[in-house]
Amino acid sequence: MGESCPDFPKYRAEKYEVLMAQLTFVEAIRQGLWEEMERDPNVFLLGEDIGTYGGAFKVTEGLFDRFGEERVIDTPIAEGAIVGTAIGASLMGLRPVAEMQFIDFISNAFDLITSFAAKYRYRAGASVPIVVRGPCGGGVHGGPFHSQNVEAYFVHTPGLKVVEPSSAYDAKGLIKAAIRDDDPVLFFEHKYLYRRIKDEVPDGDYIVPIGKAAIRREGADLTIVTYGWMVYKSLEAAEQLREEGIEAEIIDLRTLLPLDDEALFNSVKKTGKVMIVHEATRTGGLAGEIAIRITESVFDELDGPIIRITAPDTPVPYSPPLEEAFLPQVGQIVSAARWLSKY
Amino acid sequence: MPQPRARKAHDPASRRSSQTRTTPSLIRDQQLEIYYYLRLTRSIEEKLANLYRQGKIVGGLYRSLGQEGQSVGSAYALQKGDFLAPMIRNLGSLIVKGVRPWEIFTQYMARATSPTGGKDGVVHLSDIERGIIGPISHLGDLIPVMTGIALASKMKKLGIVALTYIGDGGASTGIFHEALNMAAVLKAPFILIVEDNGFAYSTPKCKQVLIENFADRAAGYGIPGETVDGNDLLAVYEATGRAAERARRGDGPTLLEVKTFRMKGHAEHDDARYVPQELLEYWRARDPVDRYIKTLTESGLASEADLREIDERVEAELQHDLEFAEQSPFPNPESAFENVYSHPTGPRWDGRVMPGLPEVPRGEV
Repeated sequence: MGESCPDFPKYRAEKYEVLMAQLTFVEAIRQGLWEEMERDPNVFLLGEDIGTYGGAFKVTEGLFDRFGEERVIDTPIAEGAIVGTAIGASLMGLRPVAEMQFIDFISNAFDLITSFAAKYRYRAGASVPIVVRGPCGGGVHGGPFHSQNVEAYFVHTPGLKVVEPSSAYDAKGLIKAAIRDDDPVLFFEHKYLYRRIKDEVPDGDYIVPIGKAAIRREGADLTIVTYGWMVYKSLEAAEQLREEGIEAEIIDLRTLLPLDDEALFNSVKKTGKVMIVHEATRTGGLAGEIAIRITESVFDELDGPIIRITAPDTPVPYSPPLEEAFLPQVGQIVSAARWLSKY
Repeated sequence: MPQPRARKAHDPASRRSSQTRTTPSLIRDQQLEIYYYLRLTRSIEEKLANLYRQGKIVGGLYRSLGQEGQSVGSAYALQKGDFLAPMIRNLGSLIVKGVRPWEIFTQYMARATSPTGGKDGVVHLSDIERGIIGPISHLGDLIPVMTGIALASKMKKLGIVALTYIGDGGASTGIFHEALNMAAVLKAPFILIVEDNGFAYSTPKCKQVLIENFADRAAGYGIPGETVDGNDLLAVYEATGRAAERARRGDGPTLLEVKTFRMKGHAEHDDARYVPQELLEYWRARDPVDRYIKTLTESGLASEADLREIDERVEAELQHDLEFAEQSPFPNPESAFENVYSHPTGPRWDGRVMPGLPEVPRGEV
């Protein structure tokens, strides 16, 4: 915004194609943001390099040209101040969407998210309708600080909502729901999916409700509870298992806080066996919470132990063979499912 | 071991200590209104100290004795509609913003009638209608939040200004730097007041920073900085007014520093034996309330009788509000589970009731 800034070489986004039916994950998020900004003048974006440059992953490409520097704000490198500024603006009726360039950097804003935003309604009765979004996850050799899955730090914080879509359809519907939600929503976008998946995304307005899981595949033999990139690894595993006569039901959580207990319990009642797959590390991960909810509520329906396939308790390593070893793999899911189905 | 230094002669506090003056920008009624706020602030805390001794306060009591002048003076310089976020020792700012004594008493006594319904205490209260953003205990976090309020003012062309405070200790946080720089870059209509009150809990300023004046930091953000005698209420009023005017003109934030002194411990339990007696004596002679009284009486704006009348009014109001607070019930335990999320009609996420399990009896609280 400073007048003395040199003119940035004009970056022209390719013409944004609204009528496209098959969208990539990144296009779907962009379309969701775009439509929400068209719909509601209170929606604005702030973050590092999101304006003229269009964001490190080009999620906000074209938005600066359409909505201008007042509503697509390039900020200093200061995640705490980005989220804090978003909070203040939201208290004045605006609907800020703050981008973390990589979700790993959300730790710099931890205080503002968990101590200020999450507790404000409880203490002060006022809504903090912010969205903090950014790319999460591994698979692109980003190393320890550009690959993390941070959901566990935040699902432990009452007052927040945490969302992680796996399809382009859900990405658009959930970013819209997140922006319209009156509570602070963390929106995690798996970067591996940005340009690798493409699915049918309707033109125009729809939302995917926060708090509702989706059944990605029906099956009667065991339930795989998962989210994000791991939905695809689980689907791949399910195809292999089908050849062995094992039919897995795949629940895509989509929202990690609040959890859709009903969807979980219904599936457990159907299959009696549960495996939880997440890319985040093991100890204190979401799998533990899901498992205890199931044992507390539908223990009698279980025909075997609840098991989990997760990353090991290490930082995310950089070198490809190390990262391969770190990430949950289809083969692990298949063999664990085999074992569980025979239990 | 570094010892807190007495103020040097060039400090504004010593330079102006004996000065009495009025300001042409305030009429007599306003100056008496300021006295009312000042007296109310000090007297509320005296009542709170009594309540503390009687064991009626839940948790700690954080007093602003000796610092009331800068809270009242700075808040009084704001206009209706402007936003303010207090820190723990800015009771005076809240009082100017229209917070009533009963709200403070019920907050400290954790009653159902308190502005937070007993969910939070002390001066941690918020009211968007009155332009008050409640603080959290994490120091520095209000700076970006108030920057956001100021940004919203700019984006929506509201013409309002946002003000918050930070202590000489809180100024050491990383978010202080992040946020003040952000405010500067965004040219947000924002005012940050750094209160140099000598000590952060038990840590003297000389262990906190090596600079004498926090206002020097302003240069690092490309914004104006000014150091003011924090115990000269009218000087703080004028400096804040200038900063607010600047902000409203679209010229961005100002870093104001007020030199004052914390005359009590960090909280009531803290006897502050680490504070040298001579420092307390130095600052006691520069008490902001005494100085303001002197200003009013010596300038002929108010007689002692005028002030006594205000004191009596304050006392009557405090008695009334104290009674209300003491008679207020504690909150209903059920309310502990409310208002975590915006739409309570949704699923219960409080974790108390697991489907398929009977609710676990909680027993008597």
